[in-house]
Amino acid sequence: MVGVSGEILLEDTQQGDRLVLAGRGAWIAVNANGLETAIESLIRKYPSARNVAIDMAQVERLDTFGAWLLERLVRAFAQSGREAKVTGLKDDYRALMDELRNVKLEEVPARSGGQALRYALRSIGENVASVGGSFLAIVNMLGALVIALLRVFASPRKIRITSVVHQLDNVAWRAVPIILLITFLIGCIIAQQGLFHFRKFGADVYVVDMVGILVLRELGVLIVCIMVAGRSGSAYTAELGSMKMREEIDALQTMGFDPVEVLILPRILALIIGVPILTFLGSMAALYGGGLVCWLYGGIDPDIFLSRLKEAIALNTFQVGMIKAPFMALVIGAVACVEGLAVKGSAESLGRQTTASVVESIFLVIVLDGIFAIFFASIGM
Amino acid sequence: MAIAPHMNGKKEFANGQREVVIEARDIVVGFGNHIVLNHTDLDVYRGEILGFVGGSGSGKSVLMRTIIGLIHKRAGSIKVFGVDMDKACDLERRAVERRWGVLFQQGALFSSLTVMENLQFPVREYLKLSQRLLDDLAVAKLEMVGLDASVCSKFPSELSGGMTKRVALARALALDPEIVFLDEPTSGLDPIGAGDFDTLIATLQRTLGLTVYMVTHDLDSLHTVCDRIAVLAEGKVIAAGPMETMLKSEHPWLKSYFRGKRSRAGYQPQGKAMTPGVTV
Repeated sequence: MVGVSGEILLEDTQQGDRLVLAGRGAWIAVNANGLETAIESLIRKYPSARNVAIDMAQVERLDTFGAWLLERLVRAFAQSGREAKVTGLKDDYRALMDELRNVKLEEVPARSGGQALRYALRSIGENVASVGGSFLAIVNMLGALVIALLRVFASPRKIRITSVVHQLDNVAWRAVPIILLITFLIGCIIAQQGLFHFRKFGADVYVVDMVGILVLRELGVLIVCIMVAGRSGSAYTAELGSMKMREEIDALQTMGFDPVEVLILPRILALIIGVPILTFLGSMAALYGGGLVCWLYGGIDPDIFLSRLKEAIALNTFQVGMIKAPFMALVIGAVACVEGLAVKGSAESLGRQTTASVVESIFLVIVLDGIFAIFFASIGM
Repeated sequence: MAIAPHMNGKKEFANGQREVVIEARDIVVGFGNHIVLNHTDLDVYRGEILGFVGGSGSGKSVLMRTIIGLIHKRAGSIKVFGVDMDKACDLERRAVERRWGVLFQQGALFSSLTVMENLQFPVREYLKLSQRLLDDLAVAKLEMVGLDASVCSKFPSELSGGMTKRVALARALALDPEIVFLDEPTSGLDPIGAGDFDTLIATLQRTLGLTVYMVTHDLDSLHTVCDRIAVLAEGKVIAAGPMETMLKSEHPWLKSYFRGKRSRAGYQPQGKAMTPGVTV
């Protein structure tokens, strides 16, 4: 049998019931594949040889790969009750062979087995259970937040103003440009689409009603929350997750601090303050964008736009959007922190929880929006 | 400063000439305005266990990372197996990289792969082997580092500190390298675990004929397994030689390091000769 560079690695000669194998060349990693095939076929070729001698004198180099294959050859013969004698091995390699002789090949324990169907069923079950689990975790987090908040109210010196301001800078101040840009564009697009379709039946001016109500009641707050969930929620999860991985949260706990009070409360307070501000700014930018398009594309003068807007919306249209904002901020913050604390040791788990955090919080924000819609409709707002 | 001749002569060639496998010359490495290595020279000989010591922050790990190409140097040359790593083409460099293994301080096991997959990863990339051979070899490597098949399906986050180091060493050895770089292999292990690890390194060095480059702070490791010790201070290798030379040196830093309160010489006032724990 030949190696990579074409040299012969193993020769066999049979003398009666005596089998002589002579190794040659380099028994090293690059030749391991060829050598393995050679050994397999040899074992099959001589099922009856009583007496086996393996001469390794001609082997120039031997590494763990080659040594293991030699050991496997010896073991294969030993298994069928024949003894294989290895001779001529260089002194340098003897220690390696001794080491490998002690290797016990136990059955490697399988991690998760079973058939595909069982696996599929199990994963469905696990997923359902994990949905329940994460709902419980969020409720748990809300409870812990209330306790932390009460404790902070009891001794107001405990509130971490610096931390809140720092987080506010991250989640609100730095988010202003991108939020303004996106909501401005959304306002433009709604107005343009409205004009395009309303014009067909001469209802151009009702575009102002649509833009005003849609932006102030729903879109302003939703777009801002989706942006914040993607931008700040994921950052919270990643920050807390890597702190968890490096035992920083354990360190806080052992020093007698409550991680919820030190890390999570300031973050969530910052969101609860920041998201309404962003919602307000975003709504204004969207109205501005809508007005601009109405003027330039629809020929509705700014004066007419403003007076029409005044008629179309009341204070409660604005209130509906603003009331929703802090609740959505709370949901985004709680989900992000729960997922952050659920991170386990591996980098993969950090990625998984960050994804889960963003997906879950956007989903919950939309569900919450629906619940609010029902609520406001029933109280007539 | 006397750079001592190789006194113990354990692995010396018959003619006194020893093959140099790593030759670092005139290395300058700095970060910003801070020069860490200032024209440093270092030789590593085939088959030796070199202990590399120096104060915290003196740049021991920096030199190691420079040699293995993770940090860019500002000047100097590094030859590994006679190949100049700056002038070598990609193919040559990769061929050299296959001949060394690195044990990182924190293990650096891939956290999304099981122990078994971690060990097989480099082998699978470089060689075409049957799955059975891959499995057998992974188990064999694990047993060589003192673990067994039961850890195969575990993930790195489920391992203890000592087990992580052992698995990381097994991975460093996966491709049967000729040189292994160990970055503080015994840090974070208890004295018994550290002692076992030292013995393990010495055994593997003997069975596999390795050259070991070990960055360490562990005086016991230096005493028991290292053939030669190199000392880094003020950005230069200020001394290199066997333990006896270090103990005799009058350099103030060497004196306080090797003969200070925490050293063996410190609590054995007669300073009786240390018998190396492992003889070849």
